[in-house]
Amino acid sequence: MLQILKRSINKLIITTSAFFVAIFSNNLNADWFALNMTRGSTAVSEEVFELHMLIFWICVVIGVIVFGVMFYSMWRFTKKKNPEPSDFHESTKLEIAWTVVPFLILIFMAIPASQTLIKIYDDEEGDINIHVTGYQWKWQYEYLEDDISFFSNLSTDLDEIYNLVPKGEFYLQEVDEPVVIPAGKRVRFLITANDVIHSWWVPDFAIKQDAIPGFVNTAWTVVDKPGIYRGKCTELCGKNHGFMPVVVKVVEQDEYDSWVNAKKEEAYKLAELTEKDWTAEELSARGEGVYQVNCVACHQVNGQGIPGIFPALAGSDIVMNDKERNIEILMEGVQGAAMNSFDYLSEVELAAVITYTRQAWGNAENGDGEIVLPKDIVDYKKPKI
Amino acid sequence: MQGKNKTLKLLIGAVVGMFFFSFALVPLYNVFCEVTGLNGKVFQASESEVSIEGESRPLALQFISSNNENMPWVFNPSEKSMKIETGKYYTTTFYVKNTTNKTMTSQAVPSVAPSNAADYLKKLECFCFEQQVLEPGEEAYLPVRLLVSNDLPDSINSIVMSYTIFDITDYNNEDLAHHNMGME
Amino acid sequence: MSAVIENHHDEHHHGPAKGLTRWLYTTNHKDIGTLYLWFSFAMFLIGGAMAMVIRAELFEPGMQIVEPEFYNQMITLHGLIMIFGGVMPAFVGLANWLVPMMIGAPDMALPRMNNLSFWILPFAFFVLLSSLFMEGGAPNFGWTFYAPLSTTYAPPSVTFFIFSVHIMGASSIMGAINVIVTIMNMRAPGITLMKMPLFVWSWLITAYLLIAVMPVLAGAVTMMLMDIHFGTSFFNAAGGGDPVLFQHIFWFFGHPEVYIMILPAFGIVSHIIETFARKPLFGYTSMVWAMLSIAILSFVVWAHHMFTVGMPLAAELFFMWATMLIAVPTGVKVFNWVTTMFKGSITYETPMLFACAFVVLFTIGGFSGLMLAIVPADFQYHDTYFVVAHFHYVLVPGAIFSIMAAVYYWIPKWTGNMYDERLGQLHFWLSFISVNVTFFPQHFIGLAGMPRRYPDYALQFADWNMVSTVGAFLFGVSQILFLFIVLKTVIGGKKATDQVWEGARGLEWTVASPAPYHTFSTPPKVD
Repeated sequence: MLQILKRSINKLIITTSAFFVAIFSNNLNADWFALNMTRGSTAVSEEVFELHMLIFWICVVIGVIVFGVMFYSMWRFTKKKNPEPSDFHESTKLEIAWTVVPFLILIFMAIPASQTLIKIYDDEEGDINIHVTGYQWKWQYEYLEDDISFFSNLSTDLDEIYNLVPKGEFYLQEVDEPVVIPAGKRVRFLITANDVIHSWWVPDFAIKQDAIPGFVNTAWTVVDKPGIYRGKCTELCGKNHGFMPVVVKVVEQDEYDSWVNAKKEEAYKLAELTEKDWTAEELSARGEGVYQVNCVACHQVNGQGIPGIFPALAGSDIVMNDKERNIEILMEGVQGAAMNSFDYLSEVELAAVITYTRQAWGNAENGDGEIVLPKDIVDYKKPKI
Repeated sequence: MQGKNKTLKLLIGAVVGMFFFSFALVPLYNVFCEVTGLNGKVFQASESEVSIEGESRPLALQFISSNNENMPWVFNPSEKSMKIETGKYYTTTFYVKNTTNKTMTSQAVPSVAPSNAADYLKKLECFCFEQQVLEPGEEAYLPVRLLVSNDLPDSINSIVMSYTIFDITDYNNEDLAHHNMGME
Repeated sequence: MSAVIENHHDEHHHGPAKGLTRWLYTTNHKDIGTLYLWFSFAMFLIGGAMAMVIRAELFEPGMQIVEPEFYNQMITLHGLIMIFGGVMPAFVGLANWLVPMMIGAPDMALPRMNNLSFWILPFAFFVLLSSLFMEGGAPNFGWTFYAPLSTTYAPPSVTFFIFSVHIMGASSIMGAINVIVTIMNMRAPGITLMKMPLFVWSWLITAYLLIAVMPVLAGAVTMMLMDIHFGTSFFNAAGGGDPVLFQHIFWFFGHPEVYIMILPAFGIVSHIIETFARKPLFGYTSMVWAMLSIAILSFVVWAHHMFTVGMPLAAELFFMWATMLIAVPTGVKVFNWVTTMFKGSITYETPMLFACAFVVLFTIGGFSGLMLAIVPADFQYHDTYFVVAHFHYVLVPGAIFSIMAAVYYWIPKWTGNMYDERLGQLHFWLSFISVNVTFFPQHFIGLAGMPRRYPDYALQFADWNMVSTVGAFLFGVSQILFLFIVLKTVIGGKKATDQVWEGARGLEWTVASPAPYHTFSTPPKVD
């Protein structure tokens, strides 16, 4: 307890001094960044930042004047220094003045604000058009021109979230697959949602648009500087609201083109995989890789799990003999247990990983040895009668 | 105490009035949206009320489709974008297929961006005006016949038309059906 | 101004009954005021405990104390309890105690309804809190309960939540009706509308706002109930409804609601500043007009809570300009308070300290509110901690400080005893420092990009979150001191004079301290 207090007091001192250093030094970059809105990397975000600072300084000036008069009065007109209070309590002139002057200041603020807003609303078809769909709790990106479609999930490890291992640099701001856009091109985002309302925010582009099921909103940007830009979901959307970040990767045109080609090829290959006839060996080999990424943390390399916490797969009756239940567990997860649904994996990956567990560790020899084909997963996804 | 009772009655009247006013906000909102296109809803227009006066200009249309959760159908625009001219009629279609092995009913919900374009987008025919019932495995091309009025403000250079299909099958009335469709 | 001193009338009335039934059956405005105030204090502590859970979880990055599901229940209940259980009942309690005494009325106009409107409140919050123990947990969709998260995707307890909101609404409406009927019909002869004390004016306007918007809230939750249980589609796109419609209806209620929680504070602070500056309030008439214009404007600015839902340009511009306009009457009020202090003869007893802090910190909250009105900038601020900082600045050092100031200011009249001035000053300084340590850093966290309602956050937000949590716990502990001070004053202390404060004006200071059980059975004469 004492330690925590000590640490937080240290932090308080460090951050407070950082604040003053940031305000009074000319070199504002690093520290200022953590205290203020980002300038961002587009013309619009720059303009929004300038607007923000303009309003901020106007407020500061008004504040200094008003609080100045107030603190002066509080100091000068105490009962000790001024035992006889004055009795004035009306002045039409003053009242008119401080109604009209703020009104004029507001008009002065409203003009640039409206101009910037009109610029933001100047929407047209993009060079690249991306259909963004919010899901509980991930984003889907579909490129209208190129038949590319994928989900973008948080890639931060659960162990980091639950403080079992140190947190990485981009804790909660990293995804398995960022949305990629070319630099210098006009990109339009068509934003909607699949279930509840989400909101797609990338501070560096000054874009925040609600994703509403059944309705479409648009936003556009032109980013000149390649780089990785990180954003978040900003509308409460259920328990994992804080765990569905947005990552946008801006690359040069030629890199973008080759990324598009690679994605298309990947999609084509995947379609082929789903339709072809698989052997147990092919699936197992592929499934081992999927297992290493998704399952090994709990069920362990040897399939033994951790007794009392994570069940063993080696020798499990379901894994050896109950193919239907086996698929169901991966698709739905297990209520009340650590086992989540893995339905976001592709059909091939699911079939491969299930087949791998049914083949490895002697499960094939001791059980029915049946394999699961990608087609089985496709069938499972169809509504049952 | 005459005054007291009068004030009391007035206030109770106001409370009841405001309660019903909150429900009146629903149709008011729809009327308001129809007039201003606030939420991007487009209502059915008839040939007679469409005016094609004025000068036509080129315009880009984009079509996107979404499946609301648990909706397993395949649903795609046949064309993802169209170059059109205002004041002229166009027809496009959406491909839809019931990939399940049971009869299902769907409702498509239209939306337009920018939302104030909705007022100038006239749909003479749209699958979104009615429900679709598809047999197992059945597929269809659903038409939309539309016209964008010449009055479209110059600030709008492009319109996005989005359709989201919702599963509205009445599972309670089918003995065999149950909600678990495996996509949850 | 003169008044008939009431004490000798007392024998003609029944004094308070004894025991629990006194409180259960009471129709006395002072008893009911006391009940409201204690109830709101209890809710303030419960809601505060939830805030401590929230801040403890946010002390460091990572999930430590609660799971995200429970975290969402905490933010939802914290908001609902503080608004409907903390601030609003406290103001109704103050209205009960003070409005009749300020206008020279013997009691509230509808005493039995007064009893009912209080006693259904504990029931409403019992229902709301019991949802914590239901299957699926308590409501977890935020105090703004946006559809469809609060309809199709809600836990089963949402039905109890709706029931509870209905009861809270009924209670508020009855309270508001009572206040209006009392003020409109029971003023002592000579108290014209423009001679009413500002607290009475502020409550009259607040009550009209309540009458106008609480039924709309009731309508919104009724529509939710029908969507959930009776198959209607008010907010469900599949059936032709619109989830954005929910937000419009909610904020049509929600924005006036915000002013419901601040207008009575304006009244309180005006009285305290003129008392301790020993100088009449500057610009009484403009104060009244400012409150009226704030109230009227509050009906045409609701969509500034929804700048990111995708409204057309014209709507965004309209709501931006209308919202900015509110700065004008609000500014007038602040200028008037400052001018009242100018050339006064000021002493700084605890109520005055809280009132001065109110003026400064509420104004800071007003500045961030002005910034939030600027739509392009709001695209960056919306739903971040900048918003959290903004509304906590206007609600905690705003509304809640004004309530505390009111308690210190009038408690000698209520109990007949002076509070312990040294402890009061200590409580003020602890609260003042900790409230700023808690909420000022949240501006930075928000600008740097941390969204609200996040149970966990990226590493760059860690430092200021830690500071904020330390401040929050200090603030929480300081309020235990407040409880102690209040109890100590109730039990005993230096006897208060009838006027209590040297500069106090108004009818309530003409009666004995403590105020007799029945006051102004015959109307006082007011010049």
